[in-house]
Amino acid sequence: MEQSIISISHLAKNYGSFQAVKDVNINVQQGDVYGILGPNGAGKSTTIRCMLSLIKPSAGSISLFGHNIKTHRKEALSKIGCIVEKPDFYKYLSAETNLAIFGRIAGADVSKKNLHKMLSFVGLQGREKDKVSGFSHGMKQRLGIAQTLLHDPDLIVLDEPTTGLDPQGIIDIRNLILNLKNEFQKTIVLSSHILSEIELIANRMVIINKGTSLVEGSVQALLNQEDLLVLFEVADSKAALNILSGYKNVQLTDSQHFEISLGKNEIPNCIATLQQAGILVYGVETKRKLEDYFLKLTNA
Amino acid sequence: MFLNNTYNEFIKIAAKPRSYISIAAITLLVGIIFFAMKIDGPGYISFITASFEQTLNFQGNIMNGNLMAFIILQMLIVQIPLLVALVTGDLISGEAAMGTIRMLLTKPISRTSILLSKYTAGLIYTFFILVWMGFLSVVVGNWVFGNGDLMVLNSDGLVILPANDIIWRFMSGFVIAFLALATVATLSIMLSCFSDNSIGPIVTTMSIIILFTIIGTLDVPVFDNIRPYLFTTHMAAWRSFFENPLPIASIKQSILILIAHIGVFLSIAIYQFNKKDILS
Repeated sequence: MEQSIISISHLAKNYGSFQAVKDVNINVQQGDVYGILGPNGAGKSTTIRCMLSLIKPSAGSISLFGHNIKTHRKEALSKIGCIVEKPDFYKYLSAETNLAIFGRIAGADVSKKNLHKMLSFVGLQGREKDKVSGFSHGMKQRLGIAQTLLHDPDLIVLDEPTTGLDPQGIIDIRNLILNLKNEFQKTIVLSSHILSEIELIANRMVIINKGTSLVEGSVQALLNQEDLLVLFEVADSKAALNILSGYKNVQLTDSQHFEISLGKNEIPNCIATLQQAGILVYGVETKRKLEDYFLKLTNA
Repeated sequence: MFLNNTYNEFIKIAAKPRSYISIAAITLLVGIIFFAMKIDGPGYISFITASFEQTLNFQGNIMNGNLMAFIILQMLIVQIPLLVALVTGDLISGEAAMGTIRMLLTKPISRTSILLSKYTAGLIYTFFILVWMGFLSVVVGNWVFGNGDLMVLNSDGLVILPANDIIWRFMSGFVIAFLALATVATLSIMLSCFSDNSIGPIVTTMSIIILFTIIGTLDVPVFDNIRPYLFTTHMAAWRSFFENPLPIASIKQSILILIAHIGVFLSIAIYQFNKKDILS
C-alpha cells in the first residue's frame, strides 16, 4: 500500500474577514508527482505556505510524513526541499556560496564536490563562482532546484516552477522535474494555473478555486480521453438538436452552435447522422470536460 | 545547527557592502578629528582650560592620546548607533525584502534559532565596530599624540586621572558602551521582525533614539518619572568610569536597565518572529 506523505484536511486561512483558503483537502502518496491546479488567487500558494509552516492556518490539520507540522515542524521539514513562489537568493553571493548557506542549515553535505555535483545536475556547471545577481530567472530556477536537492529530501515542493520562464526554460524545468521523479524517485508536489503543464508532468492532481479544493484524483481519470465535450458548428443548431434528441447532454449554444458530451468513437457517427439529415456541419471542436470545467473556473 | 547558521550570518554580513560603511565612516571621522587636533589642538585645549589657568598650572602633555580617545568616544557614541542599526535593522527585514526568508524558514531549523543566530552575528558585528573604534581612538591616538594623564571635565568639575590608571577605565567604559549599542542592535532587530523592508526598522530605531534623547534632556517635571528608565539615558554611562570616585550605584543601575531593555526587546522579537506569517 502506498504511504501517504502529505495529508491536508479542511485547511482554512483567514486574513481578517478575507478567506484566502476556505476548505482544502489534499492527499499525496509516496512517489506521486502531484499537481495543485487553480487560477491565480485560488489559494494554491497559501496552501503551500501553510504546508511548509510559512503561515499559520486558521483551521484544519496538516500532516507531513505522519508528523503534524505544528508540533513536529523540524522533523517534517527535514524531508522536504522546496521553492516557494520564486527562487530568491543572496544576489551579492556566488551560486556556490548560496547553496552552501541553505545546505548548511538543512544538514546537507556542503563540500565543494557535492555543491558542484548539484550545480552540474541542474546545468549550472562553470557558473559556480558567479554572483547570482548576474543570473537569469531560468538559471535562478535551476539553482533553486539544486538547493532543494542538497539534503536529499524525499519530497520536493515547487510553487509555480515555470512562471516567468521562456518556452525553452519551461521545457528544461519540466525535464528536470521528470528526471527527479524517474532517476531519484522523489515525490513531487507542484502548483500551476496551467492545466496542460500539470497534465504533462503530474500523475495525480487537485483543482482549487476560491480557496476550496473541488476535485482530486489521478490525472488520467480526470482527463479521460473517452469523455469529451464536443462543440459543433452547424447550419441550423435547433434542427440538429431535434435530430440528436436520442443523445444525452446536448446543449444549445446559439443558432449555429451546440455542445454535446460524447465518447471519442461516437463523434463520426454523430457527424454522419447530421449529414444524413441534411444538416451541414461546418466544424467540430473537442474539449475535455475537465479542461472546459477549468476554463470556466478561470473565466478564460 | 545554531552555530552553522551563525556562521552563515557572518558570511552574509561580511559580503554586504553596507557592513563596511561603519568601518569606513569611523576611520574617516577619527582621521579627521586627529588631523584637526594635530593642527588646532593646542588652541582648542587652551580654550577649555582657560577658566582654570588662574588657579591651576598645567604641565606635561595634556593633549595626549588618552584625551583624544575620550573626545572621540564622546563625539562618536552618538553616531555609532546609526551605523549599528544600518546592519542589524536589516537582518530580518532584509531577508523578507529579498525573498530569501522563504527559503530560510522552510529549513529544519526553528525560527527562534534563526533569530538568535542573526542576533549573535549582529552583536559580534557591533562588538567589532566598537573594538575598531577603541583601537583607532586609544591605540592609534596614543601612538600619534603620546601617552599622558587624562583631564576630564564633568559636571562636578575637573578630574585628572593618572596615565597608569586609565586603560582599565577605557576597557570598562567600552563594556558599558557595548551594552548600550547592544540595546540599540536588539531594538533594531526587534523592529526588523515587524517589517518587510530594510529602511523602516533603521529609520524607526533612529527616531526612537532621538525621541527618547529629547525626552531625556528636556528638563520638564512630567518626564521625571520615566527618564531614569529610558535606555537612552544610560547610553552615556561609559563616562561614569572616568569619574573619581566611581559612581558604583549609578553604573549598576545603568547596566541593569540596559540589560532589562535587551531582555524585553529580544523577547518581543522572538515572539513576533515566531508568530509572523511570511507573505513576502
